[in-house]
Amino acid sequence: MNIVVCVKHIPDPNLPGEMRDGRLVREGVQGTLDPGDEFGVEAALQLEEAHGGEVTLVSMGPPAALEAVRKGLSMGADRAVIVSDDALAGADALVTARVLAAAIRRAPFDLVIAGVESTDGYTGTMPSTLAELLGVPQATFARRLEVEGAGLRVERQTAEGYQVIACPLPALVTVTAGVNEPRYPSFKGIMAAKKKPLESLTLSDLGLSPDETAARQRVVEVVDAEERKAGEVIRDDGSAAARIADFLVEAKVI
Amino acid sequence: MARVLVYAEVADGTVDPAALEVLTRTRELGDADAVALGPGATGAADVLRRYGAARVFASEDAVFSDCVAQPAVLALEGLVREHGFDVVAFTTGYDSRDIAGRLSGRLGATLMSNVVALPSLDVARAAVFGGSRFVDVKLEGAPRIVLVRPKSFEARECGGRAEVVTVAADAPGDLVTARRVERHEEAASGPKLEDAPVVVSGGRGLGEAANFELLEQLADALGDAAVGATRAVVDAGWVPYSKQIGQTGTTIKPTVYLAFGISGATQHVVGMKGAKRIVAVNRDEDAPIFGLADLGVVGDALEILPRLIEEVRARKG
Repeated sequence: MNIVVCVKHIPDPNLPGEMRDGRLVREGVQGTLDPGDEFGVEAALQLEEAHGGEVTLVSMGPPAALEAVRKGLSMGADRAVIVSDDALAGADALVTARVLAAAIRRAPFDLVIAGVESTDGYTGTMPSTLAELLGVPQATFARRLEVEGAGLRVERQTAEGYQVIACPLPALVTVTAGVNEPRYPSFKGIMAAKKKPLESLTLSDLGLSPDETAARQRVVEVVDAEERKAGEVIRDDGSAAARIADFLVEAKVI
Repeated sequence: MARVLVYAEVADGTVDPAALEVLTRTRELGDADAVALGPGATGAADVLRRYGAARVFASEDAVFSDCVAQPAVLALEGLVREHGFDVVAFTTGYDSRDIAGRLSGRLGATLMSNVVALPSLDVARAAVFGGSRFVDVKLEGAPRIVLVRPKSFEARECGGRAEVVTVAADAPGDLVTARRVERHEEAASGPKLEDAPVVVSGGRGLGEAANFELLEQLADALGDAAVGATRAVVDAGWVPYSKQIGQTGTTIKPTVYLAFGISGATQHVVGMKGAKRIVAVNRDEDAPIFGLADLGVVGDALEILPRLIEEVRARKG
């Protein structure tokens, strides 16, 4: 089973983000593999272990994205493709999906796995756009994923519970954080990752025209939100419960 | 006038209330039609016309609920090509995200997600950096796709008498391959999370799943209250996903929000910062949640909760 996992390099989510010219600053910022993507890499590795085949990571991002891809390779993925191009700064979700689709189409695949949403942009629709461009069905928000016959059986999280989606291959699946417990890269894995095939591509390698890769949206204004002011902070000396109850009475909910 | 198509999710015959909010806002900005697909769509059409849809496109065909996204995308593509909509607006529901994403790819339409305001029909506002800032994003081309977060606008009825137009359901075989074969709903009691005036919520600081029982007891004592949770504890399997508050999960705007053992990660804060008043209890005095709490208590939630349950019971008499 040939599996492609979409991975993203994001600015460290624990650091305060910065914006310049209406874009998130990604250059020179300490970055990491999106923690949400680790679940996708793990899901792919488990399927590879059970059914054979190969796991390929595909990423779009600045050259620093190499770091994120390395982490996925250290976990056990077999190879990686990175698309980097200055023309992609400010790409919207549609452009991202076009680039990833072009990179994925270069080799036959059975399954594409992505996170539900990125931790920095959280648009949450890019994988569905990608599935459409690749012409494959999708099962999103997977909390469980297994091969059944010639297809997949996916438990899809919903607001009220879950649904079971049955779907033939090739297909695209997005995974939630509930799907598995991602492994840590071993020392051996980290050493092996340095020797794994890593392909760097530009837009011209993919045959994409400037028109197809021009974002159709741009930030025109950044507005500060009304700050919520911190109120009173007390230390519990045994009276905190009574103080909270008073607060609830003042708020007229008791 | 710009033309808008609002996609309304229908579940068990009920229209997604967020779609009515989007419809109310977009009809102020242009001519707004609505579309509802799947069983219950005809009943939904009645509601959508009351909230001001100029026309409602509807189909009762079960293909739209049985199959994932693709038949709906084909139907929406047909409507856009036939009627030339400038904007297709969705909510951020699960099915809406699936359909909107695919439609973007199919039509080559730019898409903006997590929208909290629409200053106009080509500018969408979204929250960034945990809601501390907003960006106004100019969208180009037609159609443009927006996904609007729940509770961004107020829904208002206006007693319209829209015509209902039946939508054809004629998806070819290759678009009906991903199918919903089972549906499971987790039993819920008490008021719904998104409607409850008081929400009692817990995070990792509660230590273990069994301690959520204390939150249930507090909600019980308060009466009109619901229990919520952070993504961390939902991912850990302590409570079902239906209780998750945040970026993924439910957006709430209760009168009072009580946070126990919640640090205040961005993913969570985005879903609850609209609360009128916030009370936070956490052992870590540096927890970001204290930056937005009206009343913060540095202390052990597990010690405070039983006493608070007693206090509430006593005061309710």
